[in-house]
Amino acid sequence: MTETTTATVKIARSYRDYSAPLWRRVLLTRESAVIAALLIVILVASVSVDHFASPITMTYLLLDITPILLIALPMTFVIITGEIDLSVASTVGLSSVVLGTLHQGGMPIELAAVAALVVGALGGALNGFLITVVGLPSLAVTIGTLALYRGLAVGLLGTTAVTDFTEFWKDLAKSKIGETGVPSVMILFLVLAVLFAILLHFTRFGRGVYAIGLSPEAALFSGVRVQRTKFILFVLTGTVSALAGIYYTLRFGSARGDNATGLELSVIAAVLLGGVSIFGGRGSLHGVIAGVLLIGTLGSALRLASVTSDVINIITGLLLVASVVSTSVLAWLRTRRARPGGKTRATPAAPQ
Amino acid sequence: MLFHTRTRKSGIARAGSVAALALSVALVATGCAGGGDDGGGGGGGDGDLSITFVPKNLGNAYFDTSDKGGEEAIKEFDGTYDEQAPAEGTPDGQVSFINTLTQQGVGGLVVSANDPTAICDALNEARDAGVKVVTFDSDTDPECRDIFINQADAEGIAKVQVDLIAEQIGDAGEIAILSASANATNQNAWIELMKTELEANHPDIELVETVYGDDDDQTSFDKTAALLQTYPNLKGIVSPTTVGIAAAARYLQTSDFKGKVALTGLGTPNQMRDYVEDGTVTAFALWNPADLGYLAAYAAKALIEGDITGEDGDEFEAGKLGSYTVGPDQTVLLGDPFTFDADNIGEFDF
Repeated sequence: MTETTTATVKIARSYRDYSAPLWRRVLLTRESAVIAALLIVILVASVSVDHFASPITMTYLLLDITPILLIALPMTFVIITGEIDLSVASTVGLSSVVLGTLHQGGMPIELAAVAALVVGALGGALNGFLITVVGLPSLAVTIGTLALYRGLAVGLLGTTAVTDFTEFWKDLAKSKIGETGVPSVMILFLVLAVLFAILLHFTRFGRGVYAIGLSPEAALFSGVRVQRTKFILFVLTGTVSALAGIYYTLRFGSARGDNATGLELSVIAAVLLGGVSIFGGRGSLHGVIAGVLLIGTLGSALRLASVTSDVINIITGLLLVASVVSTSVLAWLRTRRARPGGKTRATPAAPQ
Repeated sequence: MLFHTRTRKSGIARAGSVAALALSVALVATGCAGGGDDGGGGGGGDGDLSITFVPKNLGNAYFDTSDKGGEEAIKEFDGTYDEQAPAEGTPDGQVSFINTLTQQGVGGLVVSANDPTAICDALNEARDAGVKVVTFDSDTDPECRDIFINQADAEGIAKVQVDLIAEQIGDAGEIAILSASANATNQNAWIELMKTELEANHPDIELVETVYGDDDDQTSFDKTAALLQTYPNLKGIVSPTTVGIAAAARYLQTSDFKGKVALTGLGTPNQMRDYVEDGTVTAFALWNPADLGYLAAYAAKALIEGDITGEDGDEFEAGKLGSYTVGPDQTVLLGDPFTFDADNIGEFDF
């Protein structure tokens, strides 16, 4: 599919969005489809998989996917602008090592955690600088920093691990809210999710993010500060990744350079499954959160059904491919349906 | 300026980045297609003797061999065997599987830890729920498991390598050691023990130098070449690291020294097969992973049936391997390392 076709689709879609009644606009979206799939998986698994319908399943699941949930928030913004950040998992590792080494050197955990966040922000700023000021493509830059930050992390700690964290913080990372079985870290996530949702969906900054994704030039000429917005997003991504690194370290009680290796692709996979367009300009946070939960729940249910990890990967992979293909097929069908009816407007300009 | 960069980026760069990304997402999502194991089956249900192996990752020939040994043992005593592990060797992936197995209520877990501390809490939760935990190959912190099956102790590893090289060079002449990195803890401990053993029992063998290949194939290859140039009378090389021995063998195979300079050490059969079959290497050592898995399964059975608790001095039977005694730190030693040579290498695939 060429760039032009996609562009046509996007614009035809946004036009169409507001021509339909509210219930259709709310229910017949990509996000609703992901949420529906999530509910179906939960229902089916509760009935057919032993041990799935117990609160402990949810506790384990949420503890496991928290780093992905956290990083998916800023990653959604980055991908909506049409950029990508592949260095997030390496930032998790680097923040883990910074926390570990400083704590080992006698610094209290609170201070070491702040230092880890600063390192994450600096890492994000370096990405942002290279992308917005130097003008390099984000894919190339963050592949480079993926290797760079991981290298720094492993170089700092070598093959050793720091494990002597205070019980209080380790317990906090795993603690639950009262008797509910919901991990306390979910409070942190919910606060961040609300903040990011407001930022994306209810502020000028957030509208600018979509505008950049649809057409950076149009955004620029309508007064969106394109480069500054992108720079801020990369700093945010770095900082939140560092936060995920702190959580990861405390949850497992182990700071290692190779912590969370490969996590960046889990994050991106979930964001795309959640309905964010890799071409930019489309997507929403509730879809992404549902996407992360869907992948996590499916994995958890399959594991409980004693399915091996290779098969779980195959199923998750097929789901992703299917979700990406379905978007394109749906879009293609829409354009096909629109044309004979003569409803198409004049060919819109290409977005860039 | 901005206008230009944007325009240029939009075409090829963006299409390229999208294609590259789609590829990488597809790659991670499908993971590496691991080696075939028949896994499947239903976990749990079959009383207490349902034992699940949790190796570091799937599709790893070493663990395929060890888990097959475990499966053989579990069949012997009519238990239920299963194998569950992440596709990649990460501690967080392992934790998910351990949590799941705890929920399913298996009788015993046999684990090779991806991180000694990170999987501790998950294992202790399993033990609180009544699951017996055996670690093998790679241990956790001692307070997180009931028993550790140690594949080999330092003395045994040092002695077998000295014995092999002594036998191959006629117990006299110059030898050198090609180690991993200069600060590798295991290798340094073994080398010290080898020196003691050489002094005590092999007075005619002279250790001329220890060089370090940093567990890097090319560095080890170059260091081997340098050793052979520097010491024209060198009769043998000992490489107590799997990377080193394979690189040294590769150098010897194509050089004039093939068959004249002996090489032994620690290696894996798949890496060394060619060199053993063409005579570059006569024999090398490692433990037998199949026996390791077999013993771990029997240890899990003994724990589940309450025959042992992991105390120092506890004894249990391990089928064809005979009787074993638990040592200090709830550790059971598999025995002396296993020697691979042209006669038996065909039986191993890891």
